[in-house]
This record gives sequence, structure tokens and C-alpha cells, in this order.
Amino acid sequence: MKKTFKLEDLDCANCAAKMEAAIKKLDGVNNATVSFMTQKMTIEADDERFDEVVKAAVKCISKVEPDCRVILK
Amino acid sequence: MTKKQKKTLIRIVSAGVLTVIAALIPLDGIWKGLAFAVPYLVIGWDVLWSAVRNIAHGQVFDEKFLMAVATLGAFAIREYPEAAAVMLFYQIGEWFQSIAVGKSRKSIAALMDIRPEYAVVLREGKEQEVDPEEVEIGEIIVLKPGERIPLDGTVIEGAGSVDTSALTGESLPADKTVGDTVLSGSINLSGVLKVKTSSEYAESTVARILELVENSSEKKARIENFITRFARWYTPLVVISAVLLAVIPPLFLSGSWADWINRALIFLVVSCPCALVVSVPLSFFGGIGGASRDGILVKGANYLEMLSKADMVVFDKTGTLTQGSFAVDAVHPSEISAEELLDIAAAAESYSSHPIAESVVSAFAGDIDRSRIGEIKEIAGMGIEAQVDGKTFFLGNGKLMEKAGAVWHECHLPGTAIHISEDSSYMGHIIINDQIKPEVRESINKLKELGIKQTIMLTGDSEKVAKAVAEKIGVDSYMAELLPAQKVTAVEDLLGSGAHVAFVGDGINDAPVLSRADVGIAMGALGSDAAIESADIVIMDDRISRLPLAIKIAHRTMRIVHENIILALGVKFAILILSAFGLTNMWWAVFGDVGVLIVAVLNAMRCMIRVKE
Repeated sequence: MKKTFKLEDLDCANCAAKMEAAIKKLDGVNNATVSFMTQKMTIEADDERFDEVVKAAVKCISKVEPDCRVILK
Repeated sequence: MTKKQKKTLIRIVSAGVLTVIAALIPLDGIWKGLAFAVPYLVIGWDVLWSAVRNIAHGQVFDEKFLMAVATLGAFAIREYPEAAAVMLFYQIGEWFQSIAVGKSRKSIAALMDIRPEYAVVLREGKEQEVDPEEVEIGEIIVLKPGERIPLDGTVIEGAGSVDTSALTGESLPADKTVGDTVLSGSINLSGVLKVKTSSEYAESTVARILELVENSSEKKARIENFITRFARWYTPLVVISAVLLAVIPPLFLSGSWADWINRALIFLVVSCPCALVVSVPLSFFGGIGGASRDGILVKGANYLEMLSKADMVVFDKTGTLTQGSFAVDAVHPSEISAEELLDIAAAAESYSSHPIAESVVSAFAGDIDRSRIGEIKEIAGMGIEAQVDGKTFFLGNGKLMEKAGAVWHECHLPGTAIHISEDSSYMGHIIINDQIKPEVRESINKLKELGIKQTIMLTGDSEKVAKAVAEKIGVDSYMAELLPAQKVTAVEDLLGSGAHVAFVGDGINDAPVLSRADVGIAMGALGSDAAIESADIVIMDDRISRLPLAIKIAHRTMRIVHENIILALGVKFAILILSAFGLTNMWWAVFGDVGVLIVAVLNAMRCMIRVKE
């Protein structure tokens, strides 16, 4: 499954790169991108573990930039 | 400006004023330090706070942490004004960057603002405003002047002109009337149109384009990945050197601790890779966004990068270089005049719907009097036998002429020939060819000027036709009589020779070639789903001149990316080296960090400016 999430207050490009690297390393993630330009995160992960992966990804993001929020729809 | 940006601006201005005041009051020692601590805290408290929080999260080489260490260090060695200024300029840089990126994002979003808000659908005789996603295939939608067309469909009532510029970059409106297809995302300029929808919203042209554009930031250019990797090493490396610089030389060399610590702090300020990490994606973002304004959709930064490297362009002939529709090239009569020959041919062919017959009819300027036409018989594989004005004519290939017993001859021109005889007396022939698109020759010349070393045309057509077209348009070489699978092999051979190959096709039957080439470019893709799927770069209309334009945009984007990398690294390394020898001060470091960031971001924003064709 592949899903895109909007990010709010993603303030620095270097942080976006760090988040991306961290999310890519998560278990169950096939691919991930965090785009500073479009303020969006895309996650491609196994279907059955998707929710779990998204939770872990959100944690990665707040670790790098505590002010940055993920809009979960 | 967002709320956050406004707040930061207020803080920047007040901290700036407070810094000037602190500098003007004649104070000494600890009092001077306190005076500068006021603006420092006003502008830097959040940086200090994030730094503390980030360490708790294990983010050691975070830029905020570095700024905190550098400025607190400056306080420690009594460089008070410098400490306040570094923090102030750091925040100015961040603020500026956020404004610039926000602005780019907005203007590109506006460029791609083709999402239809609503659809007016006719249900049970009443007009009803609904979400485009709720309209089903086959429903009737009503379009008033000025409205964006929400779904693809066919006009069933009314006439008007439609502006497709948001999709194709083509500013000339197209006239649409009953039976014509209209595409979602374009705007109805005049007249009320009733349109029967042919797709659901999710499958419509506009939804496909939006999806493509939104996903384009996922595919990163190699240079972008390189910069990200570089940043991961650069910052820790500079920080470690800074620590060594602060500790080792004072132990073994002359000079005070304060002096070496000062040099080390300069290292920390310069260690932020922001200028690179922001400006490179910003450049690609701007380049891709700018290209979309001209109807050139690039599916990812990596494809823009590949296109800039292309040194060989391979074209598919039919539908790309030629119209894919036939027209009369030459009329060669014997015995009678050209007009008379065309008159007979047009009359005889007027009942046929074959593209070749249609081209003959459309070449004939006058009206055809159908009462002149008698019986028409088709002779399979040869042509037709037609009664016109009571006489018997044969129209077809050489075999038909043999059959009619006419003395005929081949034409020296390439193309499809229709030979015509009245009974057994030969009257001449008409040459029909697929028509070369306008601007092809100029575009091929432009490709040469842009550094494309070789242009090659591939076609399934005969050698004779291929040669004639190749000579007319000025490609370097051609390969004729290729089956679709052989086109793939041909491109693979070219790739094997080490060339960077861009393949340009219409996406209709060359999808495998499009995906095999380094960069696959689909032309005239508007309305063709297959082309949009399989190509890396999609040119919405069928103007071949968009191709050199796309290459120009790619070249400019890469040039700006390289400029920024050289500028940022050059300045930073220079400052690092000079600082190690104590030839700089904190002001240099501020320039190396914030100054370079601002210059690089401004430079990157140039990518959005429209390139002239």
C-alpha cells in the first residue's frame, strides 16, 4: 500500500532528509519520501502492517522536528 | 506570510533594534554581555530550546544545536556582539528561506491549479451542482462560459471556444462544437456547452495530470541524493574538526585558548549544509513547475537530470515527426491538366472513407457534384473502377494499371501513388504522403545547438519514404522497416554504445521503447492514457518545438544546481581553511552560512522563470 500524508510546519530541508532516512530504515517500509518542497510524506509499506508503520513514522518525524505535525486522514 | 513568519519577523526587527542599542551603550565586561544577552534571547530562545529538546532525542548534529553551541561559545569567550549577530542572522536566513520556499510552493501550486471545484450536472431536467467525483459516465454536464471543465466528454449541444492552456501551454483557444471531445481541466470561454461525460473523475485527464505532478517530488535526482548523503557526512566532520581545532593546537602551539576556540566556533557556524540541502530540491521543484506551464510534465527530478545529459535523441516517425494523416504532395498529370486530374480523382474517391481517399477529396478545392458519379467498384488490393461523367476510370496501384492495360510509370517521389487511367489510356498519378509536422526542421536544428550530438529517426515505413522524410527534416540518420519489437532492440543497441538516449514517441504503440530509453518523452499525450503512463516526460500538445524547450529547461535547472553547489561548497571550504589559520572572524562565518543560503535560494528561484523557446 502506498499513501501520502500532508505535513505541517516542516521547517527545514535537512530535517526532511533526516526523517526520510529514518523512515526508510523502519521495519516493513518498502519506500518512503519526505518532500520539503511539497510538505508531503509518502510511505510504501506492507498492507498488514501499514498502520503500525505509519505510527512509527510519525514518531521518527517528531523526533527530528518536534513542531512538525502529520495530518492523518 | 504565515502567522509564524510574521511573528519571526517581529522578533527579528526587535532583536535587531536591541542589538544596535546594546552596541551604542558604552558598557564593559559583564554588563556588555548582559546588554547583548537581551536581543540574543529575544531572537534565539526557541533555537536554544529546540537544541536542548533535540539532544534529548539523540539529534546531536542538528543545526539548531550547532548554532546554540557556537553562540554560547562566543559568549564564553566574550565575543558578545558576534554571538547576538550570529543568532540574529541565522534566524533571518531561516525566515528568508521559509518565505522563499513558501512563495515557490504557492506559485507552482497556482500553476497547477487545474482541479475543478464542482460540476453542474443535468439530472431529471434540472441543473444540479455536485462534486466532480459524484458524476457518472454518460451523464450530461452543463458548462457556462468561464467555467472549468470538470470531466472529459463529448459536446452534444452548443458551441464555444475552449482554453486548454492549463493543460498544454497553448494559449490559442480551440473551437468546439457538437461531436468534439473536450478535456477536463480546460476552461470554457464562450457559449454554453452540454457535454456527455466519457470518464469518471478519477480516470479523467485532469485527475491523471494532478496525480503525476504531485508524485513528481518522490523521484529524486542523483545529485539530490548525493547532496543528502554529503550533508550527512559534512556536518559531523566539520564539528569534529572544530573540536580538534579548539583543543589540540592550544596544547602544542602558541596562541590563547580563546583564539583557537573562536576559530572552532567559526567552523560550527559554517557547518550547516542548509544552502545545499534547500537549494538543490528547490531548483528541481522550480524547473519542473516552470516546465508544466508550457505543457511539459516531468515525472521526477531524476528525469530532468537525465534529459540534461542526453546527447542522442531518437524519434519515432509517425505521429511524432509527421502528422500521422495523409495529404496530397504532388499531382503529375499526363495529357490533361493537374486540376482536371484531381477533379476526376476527387469525384471517384468521394464515397470512400479511407484516409488516402479523404486526402484526395480534401486536396480538391471545389465542390463535388455527385450527380456526375456513376457506379464505383472496388478491386481488392488494387484500387477502384469508377464511372464519372459516363466515362470509365481506373484509380489505384501499378497492378491496376497493368490490368487496365495502361502504359504507366513509377513516380520519382516517395510516398503512396494513385495512378489514374481512362480505360487503357494513362492520365497520370497523384502522390500522397504523411505530412511532416510544422517546426520539425527548426526544432532539429535547435537540438543541435543545444549539444545533441545525434538525431535518429525510427520508422516502420519503407526505406524510400524514410529516406525522403529524413532528408527533409535533417535528422542525422534513420532506420526504416522496423517492427515495434525491433525499435526496442534498436534503442537498446544505441544505449549499449554508451550514449544517453532520449526517445520521443507518441506513446500509442511505442510504450516499450519509451520505458526502455534513458528518458522516454511522449508527444501529443493529451487524452492518451498509455502515453501518460509509460513516459518519463509528457509533452501535452503535439508541438515538436516543446522538445528543445524541455531540454533548455533541463540544462538551465542543472546549471543552477551546479552553480549553487559550487558556490556553497566553495565559500564554505574557503572560510573553513582561512578560519583554521585565524584569518577570519565571526562575520565571515555568518556570510558563509546565511549569506550563501540567501544567494543560493534566490538563484534556485530563477528556475521558475519561463524559458524562451
